[in-house]
Amino acid sequence: MDVLKKVPVREQDAKVRAANFDEVCLGYNKQEAMEEAARCINCKNAQCIKGCPVAIDIPGFIEKVKEGDIESAYQVISKASSLPAVCGRVCPQESQCEGKCIRGIKGDPISIGKLERFVADWAGENQIRPEGADEKNGKKVAVIGSGPAGLSCAGDLAKMGYEVTIFEALHEPGGVLVYGIPEFRLPKSAVVAREIENVKSLGVKIETNVVVGKSVTIDELLTEEGFDAVFIGSGAGLPKFMGIPGEQANGVFSANEYLTRSNLMKAFDMQSSTPIMRGKKVAVVGGGNVAMDAARTALRLGGEVHIVYRRSEEELPARVEEVHHAREEGIIFDLLTNPVEILADEKGWVTGMKCIRMELGEPDASGRRRPVEIPGSEFVIEADTVIMSLGTSPNPLISSTTEGLEVNKWKCIVADEIQGKTSREGVYAGGDAVTGAATVILAMGAGRAGAKGIDEYLKNKEQNK
Amino acid sequence: MYKILEAKELTANIFYMVVEAGRVAKNCQPGQFVIVRSDDFAERIPLTICDYDREKETVTIVFQIVGAATHQMALLKAGDSFSDLVGPLGCASEFVSEDPETLKRKKMLFVAGGVGTAPVYPQVKWLHNHGIAADVIVGAKTKELLILEDEMKAVAGNLYVTTDDGSYGRSGMVTQTISDLVKEGHHYDVCVAIGPMIMMKFVCKLTKELEIPTIVSLNPIMVDGTGMCGACRVTVGGKVKFACVDGPEFDGHLVNFDEAMQRQQIYKTEEGRAFLKAKEKDTHHGGCGNCGGSD
Repeated sequence: MDVLKKVPVREQDAKVRAANFDEVCLGYNKQEAMEEAARCINCKNAQCIKGCPVAIDIPGFIEKVKEGDIESAYQVISKASSLPAVCGRVCPQESQCEGKCIRGIKGDPISIGKLERFVADWAGENQIRPEGADEKNGKKVAVIGSGPAGLSCAGDLAKMGYEVTIFEALHEPGGVLVYGIPEFRLPKSAVVAREIENVKSLGVKIETNVVVGKSVTIDELLTEEGFDAVFIGSGAGLPKFMGIPGEQANGVFSANEYLTRSNLMKAFDMQSSTPIMRGKKVAVVGGGNVAMDAARTALRLGGEVHIVYRRSEEELPARVEEVHHAREEGIIFDLLTNPVEILADEKGWVTGMKCIRMELGEPDASGRRRPVEIPGSEFVIEADTVIMSLGTSPNPLISSTTEGLEVNKWKCIVADEIQGKTSREGVYAGGDAVTGAATVILAMGAGRAGAKGIDEYLKNKEQNK
Repeated sequence: MYKILEAKELTANIFYMVVEAGRVAKNCQPGQFVIVRSDDFAERIPLTICDYDREKETVTIVFQIVGAATHQMALLKAGDSFSDLVGPLGCASEFVSEDPETLKRKKMLFVAGGVGTAPVYPQVKWLHNHGIAADVIVGAKTKELLILEDEMKAVAGNLYVTTDDGSYGRSGMVTQTISDLVKEGHHYDVCVAIGPMIMMKFVCKLTKELEIPTIVSLNPIMVDGTGMCGACRVTVGGKVKFACVDGPEFDGHLVNFDEAMQRQQIYKTEEGRAFLKAKEKDTHHGGCGNCGGSD
């Protein structure tokens, strides 16, 4: 065995998986996991922990895997993370824990994500649950949103002894894990539902179909319903469109709509009555993880799929693994290309997209080279479906119904990074509602920070009584 | 689960249900809507709230069968439950937050078409409960399709019923009645029109000529209803608005109706297929274009 090389992980064949919604990556088995864990040199000053937004004791759990004691490994992880089976799958490990791994200097870094995933899946299969609080402290906390931020905040608070209720706007808990990330990347019943059950097993209650700001306000939660503190983890919000002619044509969707139809509403499942466009030629505009998810979903629904992105390969904001998987499955990348108009027939149905070629100029404010149009280079991409994946702008439902809750110029809720404290006493916030669209793990980190902040706030309040 | 306390068919294909929904009943206002789902595989269906009872913690919904999901909903009886009901969604009608004295001086005309009578009712009732009598025009294709006439009569100032075929009340479209009323010397400061898109389009065309500010309530395709998906986007005054969070009520003179009508067609074919599948049940062997007959 070459210690510089990681133990390869098994995957579904690209040709086979392009036509199904089953999970792409098959993960390690116990033997593979122990073999990979043996490569870890258990650094004293472990850099990987610093790269983890929720600060999992990574060498600690890997040590247990090395010994074959997977149950203990799980308890080490679940001290810091409420959603290890999710994080092992969707975290950008290459820029976090694995990016800092000493092994990575000379060879492959330890496959921390794949190990975390194995441990969490093993625990799930063996009905091992995280350890909860010994006793309740009698304080009530309301968590708004059951996505990564809300679940991790609720999980941490429950472990500290708080009585936590999560309010979810949709009919199913999970937030972006359920409506956004597709089944083939994050299985819903085998992984997401199980992690949510784990959070519930800590005593967390989840009330679905409650839109905070409409069904109930934050003020009502704090007064009439007797909550001592509130954490807002309501997520990103309203999808952006380009503002180009033809965008209202039939067959133009936001990635949020397209993915929600497929993931949450299970449109790909024939038992579901929610329809979805089975486009023959699909153009996805954007280069982030959400764009990759939308493109790979459209591919599985039977389309020829193009990713249209105005910058070059190097600037693609999506994870390397997602881009690699998309390519393997047959997604066509039209880079340095920007849409200028969506074309439609006389009935208003999309027939194509007029685009212009771009070249990279000087670096802009983001440090990336600014894409500049090449005059006269317009051409038409034939398409019957266009999916806009351009990010989101904040949802006003909570900020507009909560007096004294400060928002910034982008209308994101203002909250401090360390504790998630907002301008309203007893109200904390974190995740996409604060930062704008980011990653699952950053939202989880913010959820943990919020839990710490709320704990400190309520303890101080008790002392000063 | 959200228990159905009362269920009846008002007329062919239009159903009326009173459902337990404490949080919605407590905070809803005229103009807002809910989203319901009959079971785990059903679509999320947006419906404007027709009535609510804060004491009994119930909301009343009225819907017409248009696709597979509403067909399934219609099969539910009193004692059955919806698996999901969420709301209240969208913004309340503007008059709810207006100064009561100013409001009392305004002469309001409501124009309801078909199943659109249901969302008009709570608005007129609210005004009635605040001592304001609004005139109401209710239009239906024919006498049999007229709904909520007695309920409306009890809360409206003057109620004018018109049928397209003249089988009951006045004869002709609602626009005819608006013109007649204005010719007869009635003056209106504001009009609220709710009904089929095509009706709202023509009411707005007329009230623009008559210089009567007009509010319409749009019911475009929606998925989540909280601003997340953007399926319900409409162009109002040249700007893109989301009906679920910015609406559902908009200045009718600024709405791009042609575009909105075109967007409503998006799922027409697929929806028809899903309907076919629901209709054919276990005898369904393809033909829907969706499943290839394998399930």
